[in-house]
Amino acid sequence: MRDTTTVGDELTTDTQTAGAPSASKHAKPAKKEREASLWSDAMGDLRRNPVFIIGAVLVLFLLVLAAVPGLFTSGSPFDATACKLQDSLKTPSSSHWFGYDIQGCDVYTRTVWAARNSVIVGITTTTLVLLVGSGLGLIAGWVGGFVDSVLSRFTEIFFAIPVLLGGMLIMSGLQGNAWTVSVVLATLGWPQIFRIMRSSVLQNKNNDYVMAARALGAGTWRITVRHILPNAVAPVIVVGAISLGVYISAEAALSYLGIGVQPPGISWGLMVSDASVRWLQAPHVLLFPAAALSVTVLAFIMVGDAVRDALDPKLR
Amino acid sequence: MGRYLIRRLIQAIPVLIGATFLIYWLAFKLPGDPIQALAGEKKADPLVAAMLREKYHLDESFLAQYWHYITNLAQGNFGETLTGRSVWDKITEAFPYTVNLALLAFAIEAVVGVLAGIMAALRRGRFLDQLVLLSTLLVISVPVFVTGFVLQLSLGVKLKTDFGFDFFPVSFNEADGIRAYLLPALVLASTSLAYVARLTRTSLMETMRADYVRTATAKGLPRSRVVGRHALRNALIPIVTFLGADLGSLMGGAVITEKIFNIHGIGGLLAESVYRKEGTVIVGVVSLLIIVYLVANLAVDMLYAVLDPRIRYA
Repeated sequence: MRDTTTVGDELTTDTQTAGAPSASKHAKPAKKEREASLWSDAMGDLRRNPVFIIGAVLVLFLLVLAAVPGLFTSGSPFDATACKLQDSLKTPSSSHWFGYDIQGCDVYTRTVWAARNSVIVGITTTTLVLLVGSGLGLIAGWVGGFVDSVLSRFTEIFFAIPVLLGGMLIMSGLQGNAWTVSVVLATLGWPQIFRIMRSSVLQNKNNDYVMAARALGAGTWRITVRHILPNAVAPVIVVGAISLGVYISAEAALSYLGIGVQPPGISWGLMVSDASVRWLQAPHVLLFPAAALSVTVLAFIMVGDAVRDALDPKLR
Repeated sequence: MGRYLIRRLIQAIPVLIGATFLIYWLAFKLPGDPIQALAGEKKADPLVAAMLREKYHLDESFLAQYWHYITNLAQGNFGETLTGRSVWDKITEAFPYTVNLALLAFAIEAVVGVLAGIMAALRRGRFLDQLVLLSTLLVISVPVFVTGFVLQLSLGVKLKTDFGFDFFPVSFNEADGIRAYLLPALVLASTSLAYVARLTRTSLMETMRADYVRTATAKGLPRSRVVGRHALRNALIPIVTFLGADLGSLMGGAVITEKIFNIHGIGGLLAESVYRKEGTVIVGVVSLLIIVYLVANLAVDMLYAVLDPRIRYA
């Protein structure tokens, strides 16, 4: 809490230093103080944290994989002639590292290309959830009264609907691809961010520095951007990073149930679902996409965990 | 306490109505014609179709249909499926499996999770702590359906074929009794178990630093009493909150576990109803799950007062 106020107080500190007679003398220590803000402190921590480094490297690798899968494999999963039924369920070999699936397609190529949909779902859903959740949360917190009660009851309704069941219900009426899955997951996922944002506004709107800013003539928008958001950013980033992994996992679960990404689209969940039919005879067809999925989710959770530890000094 | 309980129950009503409305609307929006789906590939007999449409109010507007549904529900009538079966019968057929599964998973998660968390917190920074942190991180990242297949292969198949130890049935069979539920429950519990362990660890570590814990130690109380009576009881509050909210999601999240182990519970019923566009079944099941969720949350709030006598409800 102490560190978060430092960030929020930036405006006030600036005015004080500027107004002080010996401004030039104090300029250096003031600058040093800012260097030790929550963020630089956290960055320093993160750079020394092996969990964060491993997670971040994995995430970067995954982003490259999603952007240019052609770098890692010469094959394409959309080339129908590449699969030969006589190769069906062949085990891994030196030329085909992950073996072949039931249709005789190269599992490695498909696993590499499937990363894209997972990354799309993770990033799109998280972005949507952040936009909708924080937007509504800010409105509920600032306006209060009737609007707040209505929005809060509304959130409770969404909280009460289990994500997987709600997802099943909405998805079955839609064309299944990465974008629709993202929208559906975001529809069910925003209440969490809503709560964080709402409570951040309620906690801070009566603080002295907000009063001071208001007295100096700052409008609601400026107060929100300079004082409310910086206070809420830490928990939101942590929840965002961890739920990015959770959304990727949820997409895979929906695809596994046959209502997420639809063929010819490719997804790790879909690959696991296809492989599950012959799973006991040919476990490798299932294990490779499953492992890719698990490592991806792990990477995001590692980053989220490390960021949380860095931003929350209470846990040390 | 009594008045608080009543107020909470009244507050739950709009949530329930809102959620059923939303679910009903979604079910209403499902593409395709349920009556035609009933007839399969054949063209539906127009007379029968018209009769059914009238009987189930399918020819009326969405709001009228919802009104029929909600007034029936308020009288405890869950309606019937388009084939004339009582929805309540279908639910009571499937529910016991899911309830057994969820309760066993809940027990595993609460006992193992809390114990692992306590051990990790008391041996902070040592090997056991690192082990718990690492293994929970892994369990959280592996999606449920992957855990399901891996445990099914390793415990269900390999244990039998390689070691001759036949204990976990690969697929669900009622005749096996509780043994049939063990493996699915373990799979279902895995992710939440990891969360409970981590939460317990953090929460207990924080309370161990509280003044009253230091006082208790200074008074010369044995460590078991300091931890069990003074620290743990206070540390339990966030854990109980998590467990309460999780009971509902265990029942709703059983869809995948039920599919892997071929259990005919709520998840299967729901998937089948979505496929058949049976709005009444979908809404009935989801409403029940939401009621479970709300009641569990209420029970959690009641438990607070037991755990922390400072919390009182007027």
